[in-house]
Amino acid sequence: MKAAVITFPGSNCDRDLAVAFEKAGAEVVRVWHKETALPAGVDVIGVPGGFSYGDYLRCGAIASRSPIGQAVADFAGRGGYVIGICNGFQVLTEMGLLPGALMRNAGLKFVCKPQALRVATADSVFTSAYAKGDEVVFPIAHHDGNFTIDAEGLARLEGEDRVAFRYVDNPNGSMADIAGVLSANRRVLGMMPHPERAIEAAQGGADGAALFRALTGVMAQA
Amino acid sequence: MKARVHVMLKDGVLDPQGEAVRHALGHLGFGGVEAVRQGKVIELDLAAADKAAAEAEVRQMCEKLLANTVIEKYTIEIA
Repeated sequence: MKAAVITFPGSNCDRDLAVAFEKAGAEVVRVWHKETALPAGVDVIGVPGGFSYGDYLRCGAIASRSPIGQAVADFAGRGGYVIGICNGFQVLTEMGLLPGALMRNAGLKFVCKPQALRVATADSVFTSAYAKGDEVVFPIAHHDGNFTIDAEGLARLEGEDRVAFRYVDNPNGSMADIAGVLSANRRVLGMMPHPERAIEAAQGGADGAALFRALTGVMAQA
Repeated sequence: MKARVHVMLKDGVLDPQGEAVRHALGHLGFGGVEAVRQGKVIELDLAAADKAAAEAEVRQMCEKLLANTVIEKYTIEIA
């Protein structure tokens, strides 16, 4: 089971994400943004948090058009598994792999705290270790996490059960309290909260470990 | 040839920054401001000599990178 973690200039959660995959039993390869292809045999891609390219133009916009960006999009197009966290979520929406956009927080402030979330569906590899309705706590740390989508797109997400996580006490103004969404084939997850920062008790909670264990477990069987 | 691209949030998309600017203007005594929308201006120097071709190219740039058409609209001026 091999996980690729992408590093853009300004990524700052790439190492945390690599550690989370490793602790869940994955072999991790780190991939620099100037690469044009992924290493052979990659089962899942992690797009980490941070401030890729200094958030220039729009958060995630430049990263989504970087050389490795096309390889990530092609991988997802072939049915590959991709998880984008925080800035990674912004990158995946900018790529068009996930619908909607992440706008400036409604309160205009950077929010950084442990955040309670509700698991909105267990019907994905990423959320299969939880039950729908479970409450988990993952840290959040973002300035632009205000999920926005048109009414038609929101109805489609809800109708297809593609909201993965919702905030308990919405911290950023996101529509329908949405903290994470799935692609139509349920193999791409984008979320603002950081499960990779909640994988052992020393971090204040380990609710995120199950997400990575479920992911690597399913991949290892495949 | 120069091109100027104006990128604005689409109508109906809430603009928290514009709203904060509106509040700040109110604090400064500008009471009559009913709405503020904040956008960005991008200026490009182009090698192209043909106006129509330049505009077509800039439109592609907007669709592919300069604007996020999920939430933003754009206008192009060629001079």
